Amino acid sequence: MRKTVRKKRQAIHVFKKFVDMAGWPRIIIGIFLFSLFMAAPFVGVLISTSLSNTLERFGMNGVLVLAMVPMVQAGCGLNFGLPLGIISGLLGSTLSIELGARGIGGFAAAIALSVPIAVILGYGYGQLLNRVKGDEMMIATYVGFSSVAFMCIAWLLLPYRNPTMIWGYGGSGLRTTISVNGYWFHVLSDFWAIKFGHFLFPTGMFLFVALMCFLIWLFMKTKTGTAMTAVGSNPEFARASGVNVDRMRIVSVVLSTVLGAVGILVYEQSFGFIQLYMGPFYMALPAVASILLGGASVNKASIWNVLVGTFLFQGILTMTPSVINNVLQTDMSEVIRIIVSNGMILYALTRKVQVKR
Amino acid sequence: MSLPEVPLLKLENIGKDYFGNRVLADVSFTLNQGEILGLVGENGAGKSTLMNILFGMPVIANTGGYEGTFFFDGNKVEFKSPFDALDVGIGMVHQEFSLIPGFSAAENILLNREELNTSLLEQVFSSRVATLNRSAMNRRAEKAIQTLGVAIGVDTIVSEMPVGYKQFIEIAREIDRAKTRLLVLDEPTAVLTETEALILLDALRKLAESGIAIIFISHRLQEVIGLCDKLLVLRDGRIVKETAAKVGSLRLRDIAAWMVGRDVEDASVARRAVSGEREPALEVKNLWVDMPGETVRDVSFTVGRGEIFGIGGLAGQGKLGIPNGIMGLSPSGGSVNLFGKPIELNAPRNALDSKMAFVSEDRRGVGLLLEERIDWNITFTAMQVQSRFLKNAPVLGALLRLRDDAAIAEETQRYIEALEIKCTGPGQRAVELSGGNQQKVCLAKAFALKPDLLLICEPTRGIDVGAKELVLGTLRRYNEEYGTTILVTSSELEELRSVCDRVAIVEKGRIAGILPASRPAEEFGVLMMGEALEEDRPQEKAGDSRV
Repeated sequence: MRKTVRKKRQAIHVFKKFVDMAGWPRIIIGIFLFSLFMAAPFVGVLISTSLSNTLERFGMNGVLVLAMVPMVQAGCGLNFGLPLGIISGLLGSTLSIELGARGIGGFAAAIALSVPIAVILGYGYGQLLNRVKGDEMMIATYVGFSSVAFMCIAWLLLPYRNPTMIWGYGGSGLRTTISVNGYWFHVLSDFWAIKFGHFLFPTGMFLFVALMCFLIWLFMKTKTGTAMTAVGSNPEFARASGVNVDRMRIVSVVLSTVLGAVGILVYEQSFGFIQLYMGPFYMALPAVASILLGGASVNKASIWNVLVGTFLFQGILTMTPSVINNVLQTDMSEVIRIIVSNGMILYALTRKVQVKR
Repeated sequence: MSLPEVPLLKLENIGKDYFGNRVLADVSFTLNQGEILGLVGENGAGKSTLMNILFGMPVIANTGGYEGTFFFDGNKVEFKSPFDALDVGIGMVHQEFSLIPGFSAAENILLNREELNTSLLEQVFSSRVATLNRSAMNRRAEKAIQTLGVAIGVDTIVSEMPVGYKQFIEIAREIDRAKTRLLVLDEPTAVLTETEALILLDALRKLAESGIAIIFISHRLQEVIGLCDKLLVLRDGRIVKETAAKVGSLRLRDIAAWMVGRDVEDASVARRAVSGEREPALEVKNLWVDMPGETVRDVSFTVGRGEIFGIGGLAGQGKLGIPNGIMGLSPSGGSVNLFGKPIELNAPRNALDSKMAFVSEDRRGVGLLLEERIDWNITFTAMQVQSRFLKNAPVLGALLRLRDDAAIAEETQRYIEALEIKCTGPGQRAVELSGGNQQKVCLAKAFALKPDLLLICEPTRGIDVGAKELVLGTLRRYNEEYGTTILVTSSELEELRSVCDRVAIVEKGRIAGILPASRPAEEFGVLMMGEALEEDRPQEKAGDSRV
């Protein structure tokens, strides 16, 4: 009798600890996601397909969400200027196709071409953010928007020649959607991919995301990474400890921008298309929402937040439309997807003050 | 001056503590109509708290109310908000101006008590739509200003006035209230020039003659003696002296001594004799520092190797600016030499590289990473400046240096034990610690740098008595064990006298004098009160106390 009471108490204690660690928002959304998976077979949605869709989307978006971490840690706020990094990636990927690089080499070339562009753009972006301390997120949003608008002109004017990329009529200017098929489509996703039935596990892509996460984790453990975290936590403290606060912030912005560039390449190789013009316009919000759902705050984020947040966000985004579609027997997936994703963004942004690690 | 049987204001055993930290105890006094009461005391003696209680400031109710009772006009009163206090006729002029900068003098004086024109619109709706009767307002404002004996145009925009005028406008506003029977003035002359101050004092005397009681808080003791009928000295939340104030009967030195306290005298003071033959460690010449609220104008002094040197003075006189300037945290100029080597100013990194360590007075703002672990707090600066607590990465060797979390935790554990930091372990977040333990973490951070010169600001601010002793003891021990030169800045004179070899008193951004800590407290008190006491200072002291 007494034993069972003690056991019960212990169980409650363990549960409380778990709740404390994970936080209610993640538990509730996790339970909701789980119940969607449970309900799926009853409305005729295949679990294997749904699960592999969720995993694929997780891999596609993982690095983009990771691009939030350095800036958040350095106190520059959420990287609403993610489109800037994405544009670097788009430039790199179109250049690699222009050069005709194929396969894993083509993908590597795309990375090699985008990173320098991202470093340069990120440096300027960082300089700008250092001048508007306190209003970073608002300014970042407009940096993202205006860079997209500027590139809309540039895509038309840049002298690309490769016929797979330029408009069929007129013969100049890039198309809105460019297929990477035949270049480096699925080079990561198909690497060591595990497949049975409808289920496909993109091992290569997961390994790549894991590598990126590991590198950032490693960086955060260096002297510079530690200084960056301190700058985000209390810039005055960092300054009094002899850290160059502005330099740290620029480093973080450059890192975030580079990750944004690499992130969109991972996205493209899995998705199969490069989306130019207005494509990057709304890319920041889902990434922001993911990391907030994962439990990050405006000045504290960890790799763990990235992984949990991306999985929950992409999971809900995959499952809700397909399950509800099948329940309602009409195709409303796009509408539902918009409602769900924006609803979650709204929810996540209102919760952003809470620090959870 | 008539003295009715019922005093206008009567306080009985007023007490107050903020979260276990007692700031007022057993304060009782009475004040009659037309009487002027001078209230003096050091910073933190409890003057402001007492006035906040009197005026029903919400901060009092929010922190658990107060003890004791007070009577106004014979009736027991308890104010829920400043409006209640205004209603019975207590007016208050705060240290910080509460004026609307873009409004004219008249508009500010009559704010919310404006003269209105009667009109049809007002009859139909309410007085909220009535227009202002400007000429009547100007007349009233002018009358209030004239009572004060100054000539300020009622149309002058407040933001275009010199500070002294703003102070007069504040007071005029309180005078205009027909009901005002008690006027509380918190350091009204602090921003005035000498002539302006004289005019104000005259005006206050006139007001008192008309039957208004006045509580006058000031650090300028000369004024207090000249103006007040009664003097109340507050120290550590208690009334230590209540006396009639008359020119001639009171000596400024006595008041200064009451304020800083004499009974603790000589007990813990004078650890060592000052030795003139120490080789100089820190030489500061013509230092100026632009730190908001703590401006340093021109300061020169020398600290010997292994010495504990104190910097004291009242708040806002510039004592905190000195260490902040030396560390490069506030814009500064002049020359600072450490062991003969010049230190480049305005660059914290340079100061840290020269083996200086700094404990900030702003513990939560500058001193700590509140959201981070204790061990990060303690070792971060040492890691950044001296590249300690790093280890080579497994494969890459010296190419990639990573944080050595084990070494960090170990070092922290050492300090937790040595300084008796009460915490759950090195991983606890700094924000969860009590003030005293946070201060110990700040000290540990400085010690971890193994400094040659330690700059410490307000080592015991906001921590309880037990922790105070421990912190001061740690400083003393550290100084003895490692021979570290220490510069302590504190507003508590007793603390400085108990721990330092010599103490410099800063007044108006300049050093008023440097005395050995063994000198009687009243000499320091005299220096703190500054030039107002010049004529009162014994002649023989002037020589050795000047730098």
